[in-house]
Amino acid sequence: MGPYAVRRVLQFIPVLIGTLFLLHYMTVLSFQINGNPVRALFGDRQPPPETIAALTRAFGLDDPCLEQTGNPCIGMFVERMTGYFGGDFGVDFNQQPVVDLIKRAAPVTLRLTLLAIVFESVVGILAGVLAGLRKDRFADNFVRVVTVLAISVPIFVLGVLTQIVFGLYVGNWVRDRGAPDWVQAIFSVSYQSDFPWASLVIPAMVLGATTLGVVARMTRTGLIESLRSDYVRTGKAKGLKSRRIVGIHALRNCLIPVITLIGIDIGTLMAGAIVTEGIFNIPGIGGLVYRAAVTGETAIIMAVVPLLVLVYLVASLLVDLLYAVLDPRIRYG
Amino acid sequence: MSDSDILSAGPVPEPADSKAIASLHFDPTAPLLDVQELRVDFHTHEGVAHAVNGVSFTLEAGRTLGILGESGCGKSVTAQAIMGILDSPPARVVGGRVLLSGVDLLTLNEDDRRQVRANRIGMVFQDALSALNPVFKVGWQLGELFRKRLGYSRTQARHEAVRLLDLVGIPAAAQRVDDYPHQFSGGMRQRVMIAMALALDPDVIIADEPTTALDVTVQAQIMKLLADLQAERNMGLILITHDIGVVADVADDICVMYAGREVEKADVYSIYDKPAHPYTQALLESIPRVDMKGKQLASIQGLPPNLTQMPPGCAFHPRCRFARQRCRDDTPPLYTVSPGRLSACHFFQEVLDT
Repeated sequence: MGPYAVRRVLQFIPVLIGTLFLLHYMTVLSFQINGNPVRALFGDRQPPPETIAALTRAFGLDDPCLEQTGNPCIGMFVERMTGYFGGDFGVDFNQQPVVDLIKRAAPVTLRLTLLAIVFESVVGILAGVLAGLRKDRFADNFVRVVTVLAISVPIFVLGVLTQIVFGLYVGNWVRDRGAPDWVQAIFSVSYQSDFPWASLVIPAMVLGATTLGVVARMTRTGLIESLRSDYVRTGKAKGLKSRRIVGIHALRNCLIPVITLIGIDIGTLMAGAIVTEGIFNIPGIGGLVYRAAVTGETAIIMAVVPLLVLVYLVASLLVDLLYAVLDPRIRYG
Repeated sequence: MSDSDILSAGPVPEPADSKAIASLHFDPTAPLLDVQELRVDFHTHEGVAHAVNGVSFTLEAGRTLGILGESGCGKSVTAQAIMGILDSPPARVVGGRVLLSGVDLLTLNEDDRRQVRANRIGMVFQDALSALNPVFKVGWQLGELFRKRLGYSRTQARHEAVRLLDLVGIPAAAQRVDDYPHQFSGGMRQRVMIAMALALDPDVIIADEPTTALDVTVQAQIMKLLADLQAERNMGLILITHDIGVVADVADDICVMYAGREVEKADVYSIYDKPAHPYTQALLESIPRVDMKGKQLASIQGLPPNLTQMPPGCAFHPRCRFARQRCRDDTPPLYTVSPGRLSACHFFQEVLDT
């Protein structure tokens, strides 16, 4: 497994360089086609041309190649990469170092991800097992309908609905009765920095809902299939209790793909949930990238997106390695 | 540590302890396994399939009963009904008795029934690769029986697993105990299966096509292993197979099944000498023989009947060369051909004489 992991890590390098260059080229093209983003900072006002020129120079956007549509501006790219190697990741339009912005946003996203993963795996697997054991009965049909809803309702609809029902109605009801502060924080319409965990619970449920649906369905199908397998019959012939046959023999097999799915989802969720973070006003990575994309803050995009790519690459490598641990038939050479 | 150290370190199972099932009173003087008029139905979308239609046989300690028949004739269903591991639904045992040393297993509650499995009746399945759990080590799967059924510690269970692997002739058992099923060859995997069936020292072993997935030389080794272990432990062995050659070597008695019914029952010598049922006769004729090389291989025309729509009368009549009107009208009972020998054919005398 060692050489395999090393080979995979080495593959990260071209992927990251490619990502960085593509991002660079896209931001350059956006400048060349849409014009100087510095002007957007002033809204409707018309600043004096010297101010614009000074700011443009300050942000390093005065390279003449930016006037030639299609020019990849290799010089700027090399300059930026040199900065990265020296630990300089640039500043945003408010002169805030990008590293500080990431440091502030990442813990929020990490908490949100953690809560979402716990929610989707615990509830998803339990629902899947329940449905699989009660195939075609009420519990199964119930789980199937709910999961189809969870998978198919767009996250912005689900988010806004949840916000209204739990944040507003339930929230008001809870507040009227003078519930403890942390309960009030759970049922609030937005993120509260005083309750960094409690106020993320409901957003995490919204965020995890889609994967929860898939996890429940995969567990259900996998369990139904496992229960028909020969090794389950062997378990019966060994006189094991059915709880053990289901809980150890069948589940251990059918959870292999489910755990893979959840692992990849960690990578996806860490990349920030732009919509969920937007609805619940959560100052995480997703919001940071969204803001930067709208205002054209190249420095943020160029630093954060490759970081997310890296997180995703590491997560999928870990999932692949974990797969070999879970299924001894898989070998990496 | 050498193999023998590990072996001597392991505790010897106490048959007296492991056999006692509090609520059951086994009668040592009763026949070991006495199956009477067993019936199993499958409820399918096409209707009710009568997979087993009144099968009866008796098995004594130290004897081997071969159950012979083609695919879908109810052999495996019979075995699984005895074990009580049929999936129900769709399967349902609708009649009969399965007496193990005088105790009717079909009337037991689920917990007592579970206690009987592996402890008194062990089972060897056909395809060891799929019958073993792919994600657990072989030693763990063997040891599980000792840990969960007899309450052994992990270390004790591991010793037992090594002892059993050694017993069934797996070389370097102490090392192989930590391998996964896919790391074994087909023959070795089947040995693991046999070790698992033997683990709790049962009185009866049911081997459901134990050699079907193996090549011929390995088949012979596995059959010899089963026969040796059976003789050594004086177990009753039920050998389910469609391979006439395999049963001929090891079985004492043979029960030929067709469409969920037994059609002929006899000791192995008389059945091979002169079959008393046209189906048995046709099966024997369809064995490839070296002296018939180059000639068309004899085969039985047609297919076994659909179990949801059985033909009236004798189920074999559409394929039978002796068939006449009576076979379409009357279902033949099991006629006594000679003492201990039964045939479900109206014209068994005619079959014997050909």
